[in-house]
Amino acid sequence: MSTPLSYYLVVSALLFSVGLAGALARRNAVLVLIGLELMLNAANLNFIAFWRYGPHAERLTGLMFVIFSIAVAAAEVAVALALVIAIYRHRHTAQVDRFDSLKG
Amino acid sequence: MESLVKYLWIIPAAPLLAAAAGALLPARRRRLGAGLAIGAMAVAFLLSCAAFFATLQPGRATSNFRWFQFGDTAVQLGWVLDPLGAVMLVMVSFVSLLIFVYSAGYMAGDWNFTRFFCFMSLFGAAMLGLVIANSLLLFFICWELVGLASYLLIGFWFQKPSAAAAAKKAFIVTRIGDLGLFLGMLLLYSKAGTLLFYDGGRGCLEQYAAGSLAASTVISLLIFCGAVGKSGQVPLHVWLPDAMEGPTPVSALIHAATMVAAGVFLIARVYPLMSDQAKEVVTFVGAVTAVFAASIAVAQNDIKRILAYSTVSQLGYMMMGLGAGGIAVGMFHLITHAFFKALLFLGAGSVIHGCHDEQDIRKMGGLRKLMPLTFATYAAGMMALCGVPLFFSGFWSKDAILDAAHQWPVSKAPFYLGLIGAFLTAFYMTRQVCIVFFGKPASEEARHAHESPSVMTVPLAILACLAVVVGFFGTPAWPWFQKYLEGGRPAFDLSKIVAPEQLTVMLLSAGLVFAAILLSGLIYVKAAARPSRETDPLERAQPAVFALLNRKFFIDEIYDATVVRLTAVFARLSDWLDRAFWGGLVRVFSWLVVALACLDRAVDESVVNGGFDAGTETVRGSGKWMSRFQNGQAQRYLRVIGLAFCGLLILLLWGSQ
Repeated sequence: MSTPLSYYLVVSALLFSVGLAGALARRNAVLVLIGLELMLNAANLNFIAFWRYGPHAERLTGLMFVIFSIAVAAAEVAVALALVIAIYRHRHTAQVDRFDSLKG
Repeated sequence: MESLVKYLWIIPAAPLLAAAAGALLPARRRRLGAGLAIGAMAVAFLLSCAAFFATLQPGRATSNFRWFQFGDTAVQLGWVLDPLGAVMLVMVSFVSLLIFVYSAGYMAGDWNFTRFFCFMSLFGAAMLGLVIANSLLLFFICWELVGLASYLLIGFWFQKPSAAAAAKKAFIVTRIGDLGLFLGMLLLYSKAGTLLFYDGGRGCLEQYAAGSLAASTVISLLIFCGAVGKSGQVPLHVWLPDAMEGPTPVSALIHAATMVAAGVFLIARVYPLMSDQAKEVVTFVGAVTAVFAASIAVAQNDIKRILAYSTVSQLGYMMMGLGAGGIAVGMFHLITHAFFKALLFLGAGSVIHGCHDEQDIRKMGGLRKLMPLTFATYAAGMMALCGVPLFFSGFWSKDAILDAAHQWPVSKAPFYLGLIGAFLTAFYMTRQVCIVFFGKPASEEARHAHESPSVMTVPLAILACLAVVVGFFGTPAWPWFQKYLEGGRPAFDLSKIVAPEQLTVMLLSAGLVFAAILLSGLIYVKAAARPSRETDPLERAQPAVFALLNRKFFIDEIYDATVVRLTAVFARLSDWLDRAFWGGLVRVFSWLVVALACLDRAVDESVVNGGFDAGTETVRGSGKWMSRFQNGQAQRYLRVIGLAFCGLLILLLWGSQ
């Protein structure tokens, strides 16, 4: 046991913060999606870390969970990219702040 | 008989259907309209004959059904087949049939021909319904329908103001009597608990006949009120002479043969519940009416009015016969009178028709040669009405009444009144026949008079035969009619005629009749031959008496001055009360309501509307302000969520310490 758990958690938190900042601040829809992916992966890293340092590390539960999470994230990105392309075709832009037709 | 009574309703239903169909026919379908009415009446007549033959076996059959029910009380209607009803059925349907046929000729020139037959059928239906009714309620319904038909037919020539007034008068005057009948009906219902006449022992008449209920004078007299109105007894006789404004067949059918007989029939029908006092009243009213109307008839100049007063007088005889002698006596005169009075009216119609609608007998004269057939039949009717002995029906029926009055234990006055009436009857009928048919024509119309077509004279001939024949069914020697009504077998016994009691009355009345005919003939044959016929010989002899009779004892004037004026004053008072008092009250209330409404409106517009406007404006403004937060920028929402999450986290961390 060389590296303590808190290191992984700090990396994961940083990763999450970077992803959140990207998702909130970027204008380009694709970059926003990348930010979202970063946040997901930060969560995955947390899963792995807690599984590895947990009481039943031999059972592979954390690993399985993360693999499912990655698969779901891939599907989600596919849908999101299809949406972005559809919106781009319609409005000739991928800038998120121009997508405001849902305002009151 | 039992099986027949179930289908008895078809008899009135046939003319009723004809009336309904006639009401829907266009006015130009004249032949169809008349054919329908005559055909339906012929069907009714044939069925009536069947019913009549069924009643030759003594007995009574009824068919009752429930009309409607409220609470525990069921109102029942029904029909009854008994000799009393059957003989009326045959008489009404037969006379109606003849008069319908006659009308087809008499009314041929009328533009409203189809409607006339519709009304006549309605009348026939109502009258036949009245005859078969086994419930006083059904009787009353038909009774009112008869009144309605009478109103429609008297006012048939409604363009004439006098006809319209006469129709109104007839309707209103008979209504006075009907009120009595209605009250009597209610009272009877409260006493007997049913209005069915015969109901297997439970009917009201059966209760009275069995003695389980004591005859009530009040109920009897109230029901008699209805009969007084309908049958034109004093003091409600005033409408009947005025009803002569209607077409002559109507006068013949309704105001001579059938409808006015309804009152007599009513008394005969409810005879078991008449108390002895009520019978006395009936007898006296009848006797007074008989003399009173006969004396007026002496001084009338309108051919139909003479017959009308004669009808009133004969109805008086019938009432007298009912009161003093019983059902058979009164009903026998009703039947014989129906035939000869229908004959006389139709004969008068023929005369009027031949003289181009002239009704004043002073302008006629000498028609004996111009209208021989009419004269012959009219003479038969006249002799039947006078009661010429042995060969004419009127003699036998009138003799039965006089005989009953003679034997009446209460008083001899009706007998003497009846004798005076018989004398007057013979006198005025002879006068009429002399002036109309003898002497020389007194006007251009009479000079050019012509005999009527055979569609009119054939019914006259048939009725003339019957006016003679019917009498032989009720002679003292062979009282078939009386036994038929009472349900026994007549025995032929010639000695009954020459029984001293009978013979005295018979000889007395016959002597009076002959004296009257001779006297009147002597006076009026001479008068009719004179070129100037304006003044009556009686008028020259006794101008005051003649004027009194000619103006009908001023009864109309007296009613005008008292009852009518009182009613008018009361109506004016009501009118004033209505307009000034109640109207004023209503106006005040309406102003109050209008003022209240104005106030209401002001409050509504300023307070309620303003409040709502302000409220909605506030909601709208705040909504506008709030909607600025929702700008569609998904990232901003996310930012807010992130900030809020951080805030929450910090709060939780702080809270945990």
